[in-house]
Amino acid sequence: MKVLVAVKRVLDYNVKPRVKTDGSGVDLANVKMSMNPFDEIAVEEAIRLKDKGVTEIVVVSVGDAKAQETLRTALAMGADRAILVTSEEAVEPLGVAKILKAVAEEEKPDLIILGKQAIDGDNNQTGQMLAGLLGVGQGTFASKVELADGSVTVTREVDGGLETEKLVLPAIITTDLRLNEPRYASLPNIMKAKSKPLAQKTAADYGVDVSPRLTTLEVREPAKRQAGIRVADVDALVGKLKAMGVAN
Amino acid sequence: MKTLVWVEHDGSAVKDATLAAVAAAAQMGAVDLLVAGSDVQGVAQRAAGIVGVGTVHVADDAAYAHALAENVAPLVVKLMADHDAFVAPATTTGKNVAPRVAALLDVMQISDILSVEGEDTFTRPIYAGNAIAKVRTRDAKKVITVRGTAFEKAAGEGGTAVIAPVESTGDQGLSVFEGAEIAKSARPELTSAKVVVSGGRALGSSEQFHAVIDPLADKLGAGVGASRAAVDAGYAPNDYQVGQTGKIVAPEVYVAVGISGAIQHLAGMKDSKTIVAINKDEDAPIFQVADIGLVGDLFKVVPELTEKL
Ligand SMILES: Cc1cc2nc3c(=O)[nH]c(=O)nc-3n(C[C@H](O)[C@H](O)[C@H](O)COP(=O)(O)OP(=O)(O)OC[C@H]3O[C@@H](n4cnc5c(N)ncnc54)[C@H](O)[C@@H]3O)c2cc1C
Ligand SMILES: Nc1ncnc2c1ncn2[C@@H]1O[C@H](COP(=O)(O)O)[C@@H](O)[C@H]1O
Repeated sequence: MKVLVAVKRVLDYNVKPRVKTDGSGVDLANVKMSMNPFDEIAVEEAIRLKDKGVTEIVVVSVGDAKAQETLRTALAMGADRAILVTSEEAVEPLGVAKILKAVAEEEKPDLIILGKQAIDGDNNQTGQMLAGLLGVGQGTFASKVELADGSVTVTREVDGGLETEKLVLPAIITTDLRLNEPRYASLPNIMKAKSKPLAQKTAADYGVDVSPRLTTLEVREPAKRQAGIRVADVDALVGKLKAMGVAN
Repeated sequence: MKTLVWVEHDGSAVKDATLAAVAAAAQMGAVDLLVAGSDVQGVAQRAAGIVGVGTVHVADDAAYAHALAENVAPLVVKLMADHDAFVAPATTTGKNVAPRVAALLDVMQISDILSVEGEDTFTRPIYAGNAIAKVRTRDAKKVITVRGTAFEKAAGEGGTAVIAPVESTGDQGLSVFEGAEIAKSARPELTSAKVVVSGGRALGSSEQFHAVIDPLADKLGAGVGASRAAVDAGYAPNDYQVGQTGKIVAPEVYVAVGISGAIQHLAGMKDSKTIVAINKDEDAPIFQVADIGLVGDLFKVVPELTEKL
């Protein structure tokens, strides 16, 4: 059984994003970049499924040449093979989904795992789009995945609590935070990952049109909050809350 | 321009998030609604009362009972032949369904909009709300999800929309709903509560979370939220999580108890009108966004606060 995992290189989640003064975007020069946290969870889940009949894990990233680092991280965690689809320009979720569809048609995985959202664009779209394009089931925001013969049962985190769905394979899963805790790659595995296969492709190789549909007109900082006050004790807090009409 | 809005419901009531989506859609032109589900004539009646709606399309079929995206998306696509935009609230259902619709229509979705700037121009948060992007789409049809806290809700009663049945597009045979564990609570829903009290990792255990947070929430008639750390540690259920990857709230008053104020948490609550923070570390980042801060041990301060309110 083969699993395809999509991983994106994004601004590290610990770094505070800074908006460029010309309003053209967020400054990514000389800042730490890492694998999208949800994608680490996706890679980890694929590795854990190796005990459950998964024999090969292929990781794919769409990005610039530096996304190789992200793929190497996934290989060091335990993926078997990587595909980098390069693009000079940032590719939108719809374009990424089209590329992943083309990769899936070539690789024929039984399961495709993505993160639920990339923490840069916060789009939360790609997995659902890919499922739509491939005409397969989608288990989004997964907090539990149980693989069986020909199907996968997914517990999903929804607004009201949890929901369980059974999907026919092949299917798409997008990960939520509580699905698992991703491992760190050990040093020997990082060394080993250097010799695992990493294929380089371009969007054009797959005959996919990824020209953007959205134009970003401006990126600005959100409104800043006014500096607040400190109260000395509970009585002062109670006074404030009463003055605001929150309590009587 | 004519927009089709997804009605979020629980089989009987129309969820509040729908009303914000209707308000956003109304800024773009005429508004129709889609009620999909099983045995949803009552929901359709109620939806027809939302002010500013032309037609309520009702698809009543077992295939739509749990809003499975695989079954619902083809239905939306069919109705999109007569609509220019599909708008859904950015709830877990909306986030699940809308991108599948977008892909089938070959449209790039615009997620979680904060404002409508024109027919094809919108603002939306990126990087956990640390930046706001203004984007213009060149797609002929639009697929949009709406951040509920960013729009004044449309009036839920007084409208006189026409109800029109839609033929089912059937079960696609890709997915089966197996069950749900939906938390029942007498408290106001997190995303629409006027006051929210949230607890963090500092609460230390599920018992202490409930013993400290619940009485304060009861006193304030508040909804209860939590940080991811509190949810991960099992102190609170997953549907309590506020933040970039949880729920977005913007109540009149948000009380953060023992929460440090990581950017991912702030992303979910920093548009609250008044933020109150209780934390024993006077340098905790939460104080940078708090309107009222109290430095102290929550196990002492919160019971005292509850008592004195
Ligand atoms: C991809 C990703 C997505 C994430 N999404 C979210 C999200 O949606 N929502 C979210 O909340 N987090 C999210 N996080 C996690 C986030 O980065 C923080 O780890 C988390 O918010 C911390 O929770 P906390 O403030 O409860 O815990 P901590 O950071 O551990 O803070 C605990 C606080 O309690 C205070 N404290 C301790 N004891 C007491 C006491 N007795 N009295 C008073 N104060 C006390 C401490 O001073 C400290 O400030 C995400 C992280 C990642 C990587
Ligand atoms: N450029 C990319 N390369 C590989 N995977 C991606 C890329 N963009 C998005 N994804 C995948 O899609 C998920 C959701 O991303 P998004 O829809 O952008 O929020 C991510 O967690 C990744 O698994």
